[in-house]
Amino acid sequence: MTTESQFETVDMMLNMGPQHPATHGVFRMVLKVDGEKVIDVIPHIGYLHRGTERLAEVETYGQVITLFDRVDYIANLNNELAFVRAGEQIMEVEAPERAQYIRVILAELNRVASHLLFIGTYAIDLGAMTPVMYGFRERERIQNLFEHVTGARMMHNYMRIGGVKADVPDDFVPWVRQLIGEVRKGVEECDKLLSTNEVFLGRTRGVGVIDGPTAISCGLTGPSLRGSGVAYDVRKDDPYEIYPYLNYKVPVGENGDCWDRYYLRMLECYESLSMIEQCLDQFPEGPIMAAGRRIARPPAGEVFSHSENPRGDLGVYLVSDGTDKPYRVKIRPPSFCNLVGLATMTRGSYIADAVAILGSLDIVLGEVDR
Amino acid sequence: MNVTLSDTITLSVQLFALFNVAALAAVSLVWLERRFLGRLQGRPGPNRVGPLGLLQPIADAIKLMSKEDVAPGSSQRLLFYAAPILVFVPAFVVWLTFPLARDVVVRNMDMGLFFFVAISVLSIVGLVLAGWSSNSKYAILGGFRAAAQLVSYEIPIITMILIIGMLSDSLDFVKVVDAQATIPFIAVVPLAFVIFLIAGLAEVGRTPFDIYFAESEVVGGPFVEYSGAHWAIFFLAEYVNTFVIGILGALLFLGGWRWPFGADLPQVASVALLMGKAYFIVLIIFWIRGTYPRMRIDQLMAMAWKWLIPLSFVLFLAAAFQLKFEWPWWVLTILSLVILVVPVIVQSRKQRNPALELAARYAANAIVVQAKPRPAPAVEDAPVVTPAAEGTSV
Repeated sequence: MTTESQFETVDMMLNMGPQHPATHGVFRMVLKVDGEKVIDVIPHIGYLHRGTERLAEVETYGQVITLFDRVDYIANLNNELAFVRAGEQIMEVEAPERAQYIRVILAELNRVASHLLFIGTYAIDLGAMTPVMYGFRERERIQNLFEHVTGARMMHNYMRIGGVKADVPDDFVPWVRQLIGEVRKGVEECDKLLSTNEVFLGRTRGVGVIDGPTAISCGLTGPSLRGSGVAYDVRKDDPYEIYPYLNYKVPVGENGDCWDRYYLRMLECYESLSMIEQCLDQFPEGPIMAAGRRIARPPAGEVFSHSENPRGDLGVYLVSDGTDKPYRVKIRPPSFCNLVGLATMTRGSYIADAVAILGSLDIVLGEVDR
Repeated sequence: MNVTLSDTITLSVQLFALFNVAALAAVSLVWLERRFLGRLQGRPGPNRVGPLGLLQPIADAIKLMSKEDVAPGSSQRLLFYAAPILVFVPAFVVWLTFPLARDVVVRNMDMGLFFFVAISVLSIVGLVLAGWSSNSKYAILGGFRAAAQLVSYEIPIITMILIIGMLSDSLDFVKVVDAQATIPFIAVVPLAFVIFLIAGLAEVGRTPFDIYFAESEVVGGPFVEYSGAHWAIFFLAEYVNTFVIGILGALLFLGGWRWPFGADLPQVASVALLMGKAYFIVLIIFWIRGTYPRMRIDQLMAMAWKWLIPLSFVLFLAAAFQLKFEWPWWVLTILSLVILVVPVIVQSRKQRNPALELAARYAANAIVVQAKPRPAPAVEDAPVVTPAAEGTSV
């Protein structure tokens, strides 16, 4: 009597991507599968490499902002904010209060837009097709506001080192207030439809579990880390801009599974909306740009500044050699670091889970490959 | 038995008419699904081609037919092209025995229900063959998934059909409908209808059981390598099968063309009544598609073997006892309702919606960050530029 273990069997290598509907762009992972079980996963990146860091070295500080728009193309304003803050540190200027409020309002709105996109695409990954429509509907409203304020729907180039490009229009505050009400309703719709759905819970609870210490050692940040119960949020632990003057909650998960990572983003949407409301209440008058030279030559030196992006901790390491162009710009992209946890989470799960886990990390390939 | 020329001609005309009815039904479903899902999702759906977008399926068909038909170089060419036909033919042949009203049927058979079961299982062969002959890993994964899923869910469907056969004392569709003149079988065995609907969803691969061609996992499964007209045939077969579930549900559980009026209506009204019921079931299927995510293959198999099959056997035995000891018909209703409702009560007593509780706990456990008081605005003149000058600075 021969048993299966006596046969020499070969595990199947299943290539997912770079052209695959569930890899969110041009990510490629090679799954080593035994039937439906995933034994190992080998990620391949680099299909969207655009040399952002090198390009930043040949452009002036003001021009680099446009490159940062394109690093994480789902959360453009958050990225601009990260670079602009690094630039302000190295040039030793501080943006006026009103500019900081404008930036935070827009960055938080962009966070909501990014999370809405995540919720929609995650539902698509799991086979539900309605939340993406609700999510995009609300995201569209947010982008309409962005177009009104910055002139562009996605690639804004709105923030400047020392402030913002232009003051907000007169109807900004009432518009945003109305927008918050609409978006909150839309988020609630998605929440009701998806979060406690029995099939959705079955697909995400206990899937792709990663515990806190492992998550930290893998370098996860953002909702992916907080899902494992580690309360690390740059806004809380290394406050910047006007975040110290806001009341907010940092939602923290318990199990570190896909549902936790998903649901924290849902809760963060509500938190962001309430933060924007507080900003509007405190919204000061005043200048929107610090005094500065037209062509900035910062002193030679180096700074590291980081901020909380929708996907995690975005770090910018800036070296200046005293010219008008950065000597080196190093980006610490949260998506790239979150991908490190993928193999740990995926081993031993099903093929369908691999899709759910990759989706729950919410990677943006523009940021992974830069 | 002598087959005359006129018999042959009659049969040909009937088959042609049937083919058109089935194809038209499938095309109407394509349109209905897209419009209905659009409404669910707060968007208009296709509305450009023809009034209300009614001609959209035709435009799609023309597009598909005019596309290049590509086959992978390493595929088993003969089987690759045979597979769509193997899926398509059973989907249409089962219509032979469906009465759309009394006497509106191509061939009414004494064994109509048996004929349906015997023919409909054949399409599994086509799916597995499509997966295997494509020589693609996604296709073979999808093919295996299809085999496992469809074979498992045949069992509850067949058991439900047997129960209906026992209750109506016939496997003839017309007699099944006649047995429901006053009380439709959905009132007699509600549980059977629920099991039938769930297993039917799995049988035609609709959400949440669209596992064997899941786009985000196996990218179309057995159909991944097909294009153009061959893909269109799979597509058509899928919608025909969906409508078959609707028709079957209407005939077996909703009283076909008789209930709630009892007596036979005029033929056109009968067909309309049956179609209305079938479309109602189909709309439920679309509604589920707009609501639920996809299950995982192991959850799907567990659901079949741990829940649906034992439950259908219990119901089968109960129906047998009811007939043997001539208990009143509502005994089965009560049993069905008890089986349906008890788990809900038990679950809600154990814990009041655990998921909502979980969500509330997460919201409550969030770490609160308190705002610091905002410092008073600095009085000394901060370096300021006027908004007009700031345009191109830095």
